Amino acid sequence: MAITEPRPLALPSGEGEFTVEHPLGVFERPKPRGGWRSWLTTVDHKKVGIMYGAAALFFLLVAGSEALLIRMQLWSPRGTLLSADAYNQVFTMHGTTAVFLVVMPIGAAFMNYLVPLQVGARDVAFPRLNAFSFWVFLMGGIFLNSSWFLGGAADGGWFNYAPNNGVLYSPTHGIDFWNIGLILTGIASLVGSINLIVTILNMRAPGMSLMKMPIFTWMALVTQFLILFAIPVLTSAQFLLLFDRLFDANFFNVAKGADPLLWQHLFWIFGHPEVYLMILPAFGLVSEMLPVFSRKPIFGYPFIVFSGVAIGFMGWGVWAHHMFVSGIGPISVTTFSLTTMFIAVPTGVKILNWTATMWGGKLRFTSPMLFSIGLVTMFTIGGLSGVSHSIAPADTQQTDTYYIVAHFHYVLFGGAFFGFMGAMYFYWPKVFGYMLDEKWGKANFWLLLIGFNLTFAPMHVLGLHGMSRRIYTYDSGYGFDLWNKVATIGAFTIAASVLLFIINIFRSKAKARQLPPPGPDPWDARTIEWMVPSPVPAYNFDPIPTVTRVDDFWYRKYGETEDGRLVRVAATEDVVQKAEGDHDVHLPSPSYWPLVTAVGLPIIGYGLLYTWWLCLIGGLITVAGIYGWALEPPDDPDAAHGDDHGPDEPAADEAPASEAGTGEDAVDKEPETVG
Amino acid sequence: MAEAIAHHRELMAERDAHAEHAHIEHDTNTGISNTKLAMWLFLGSECLLFGGLITTYLLYKNPLEGPTPEEIFDIPFTSTSSFVLLMSSLTMVLAVSAIERGDHHRLRVWLTATALLGGTFIAGQVYEFTVFYNEGLGFTTSRFSSAFYTLTGFHGVHVTVGIIMLVSLILLSLRGHLPEHRSETVEIVGLYWHFVDVVWILIFAVVYLIP
Repeated sequence: MAITEPRPLALPSGEGEFTVEHPLGVFERPKPRGGWRSWLTTVDHKKVGIMYGAAALFFLLVAGSEALLIRMQLWSPRGTLLSADAYNQVFTMHGTTAVFLVVMPIGAAFMNYLVPLQVGARDVAFPRLNAFSFWVFLMGGIFLNSSWFLGGAADGGWFNYAPNNGVLYSPTHGIDFWNIGLILTGIASLVGSINLIVTILNMRAPGMSLMKMPIFTWMALVTQFLILFAIPVLTSAQFLLLFDRLFDANFFNVAKGADPLLWQHLFWIFGHPEVYLMILPAFGLVSEMLPVFSRKPIFGYPFIVFSGVAIGFMGWGVWAHHMFVSGIGPISVTTFSLTTMFIAVPTGVKILNWTATMWGGKLRFTSPMLFSIGLVTMFTIGGLSGVSHSIAPADTQQTDTYYIVAHFHYVLFGGAFFGFMGAMYFYWPKVFGYMLDEKWGKANFWLLLIGFNLTFAPMHVLGLHGMSRRIYTYDSGYGFDLWNKVATIGAFTIAASVLLFIINIFRSKAKARQLPPPGPDPWDARTIEWMVPSPVPAYNFDPIPTVTRVDDFWYRKYGETEDGRLVRVAATEDVVQKAEGDHDVHLPSPSYWPLVTAVGLPIIGYGLLYTWWLCLIGGLITVAGIYGWALEPPDDPDAAHGDDHGPDEPAADEAPASEAGTGEDAVDKEPETVG
Repeated sequence: MAEAIAHHRELMAERDAHAEHAHIEHDTNTGISNTKLAMWLFLGSECLLFGGLITTYLLYKNPLEGPTPEEIFDIPFTSTSSFVLLMSSLTMVLAVSAIERGDHHRLRVWLTATALLGGTFIAGQVYEFTVFYNEGLGFTTSRFSSAFYTLTGFHGVHVTVGIIMLVSLILLSLRGHLPEHRSETVEIVGLYWHFVDVVWILIFAVVYLIP
């Protein structure tokens, strides 16, 4: 047996990475230089985070335009801007884009950028997988939206209920694009969640036990666990639907005895954890901002943490409150009514903690603070209307009306989006090295707050008056006219405030040339990400700090007297890390392979819809990408490598592990995308 | 007061002086390597994927038309192929044990055996599908047939991916790229392989054995 013939094994020592100079002979190893190419090949969690954010802002404009189309159509009775069919596609894609391509990736942007900084790591656990996540997400988003130009988009609502999602009722490829596009973004989320969980659990700075982690990192951890377990449920449901639509399977074919409720159950078992995984990152961000601008530690750190964890668990037991009118029976309705009432408790705990954090603090009403307070108040309104859904008889009246639309926009727009906007203002100097203009920021906030309430508060009234959602027009005489006009005006006010934000970015950048740089710690903040220079250098920390308590950075600057008064013990300049000097830190090298591997996947998707040849081509690209990836060492042996930073260098023990793992993991993902 | 501040600074300086030292001692905070933890998380996620598919099968196991499970299943045949797959877990354990002892020859023997046993299982599945198809159970025949082929097919794809990983390991080992200190790679592939086996036990019980 030649195969088992003993051969001398190379690499007896620890210096054991075999090197392939030109993997597969196609690409030279990309060199870490500047320019646009460095973005395509980057594995730096900060650049990946920025790309997530930029892509999410682009999709925000797409989803926002779709929202404006909806509002213009509903401006007056018998609107004629959109046909019924076009309206179906627009609101479906508005919801899908907003959920999967705006809120989730903005959360991913912050988590990618901040989690390694907050835990004191040089990068995420698997830098190349991180880049792969982003590229797959982008490919999925583009694939989904390409349906507009290829015969029409999905038209069944963002949840695409069966049997409406069958070929019989939706004969275009729209729902197929929706299926495959979201399977791709699902792969991205799943890979990203594994990456971030490992980063948080395994790569914390010395001394940072779990209960000393910043709250945003805690919420990121809960969020990523929700993603880890929720996404595969959606993926399995989407495979069933895909097989139904492409290969005539019978999962939702009522003629063969299928049960359309199966789709609803699978979708909402995914869908309800989904709403928590959208809001929790924003909760985490607000928990970072409120203490900074109140100059007080967060009130009840363990309560905030454990209520977040409790939301993570309880979020799995409430899905059927989306289905009270589907005939699931009185026992189920009662059960899910009760669980839904209970889940309001941990959320209420958080609201209390935030309020108590501000209580008695020295409040500074900066734009991040304003947006944070906006979240606390607007989310509370949304939370209260949410509790009203838990009362099943009332919910029966509210289902499929604008009351529901009002509710989830209050929690996801008034909640998540306000938090993200505040965090943009808060972290902008850390990420880009210049402050966003505060005056414009405040104008941005007030315009958004007014526009938001003008748009969504009237929807409560419309819903209680009985106006159905997802109906492309209405007759006059039902009392819908006035409030629809108000909502449309509000929608354009929101658009104006988003425009203000974009102008502010460029204006502040131009103005920043005359201003002094903001320095590492412009807000007098509390957590260790503010110790590093702004913008953050590629290596993050040098040296890695040791953490002794929550808000470690704050207590490097401030101490307490015996009677509990705050007293400064060190100047900020003395405790922050310096950008100058020689920081020759060994970092993961850039790579083409994540991008190559990701590019193959949407081609497989097009192949499934049009011609099998494309599947073959896409599959070959992806397989080539995976093998190129597996055979490429994670660190370029030629890259600069300073010995003076040996002790705190994570690459020494991580490198072999991540090299092997990324290869195998990528192989695992492959069948899900082809199958 | 000033004394307190000076003391505080001293503490800070002392703390950071020990930082680097602290970092070398712990490879990771949990003591589990990044890659292994990632594989465990991935498998946790896979549980939910199979959970969705198994639930679907349970809902649709009684067809309204076409052959029923009782008519077509050949329990002795599938039991045999299940046994083959279970034995492959044993050979996988032996492979991991071999590389940990530094026995590269036996590592390749056991990896090859595992891949062959897995291949036998897949061959059995292909044969079984062919027989069922000829007996009138197409993918689109009934709700049962769609659910059955999708569930077992997904599992078959997972086994196939496992075989590809095993063959990759064998090739790496033959080229001398799998030294002892990378034995964890084998162990992690082993984790995946055992998971796929455990899932099959569940599927075999739910689909074939429970009436």
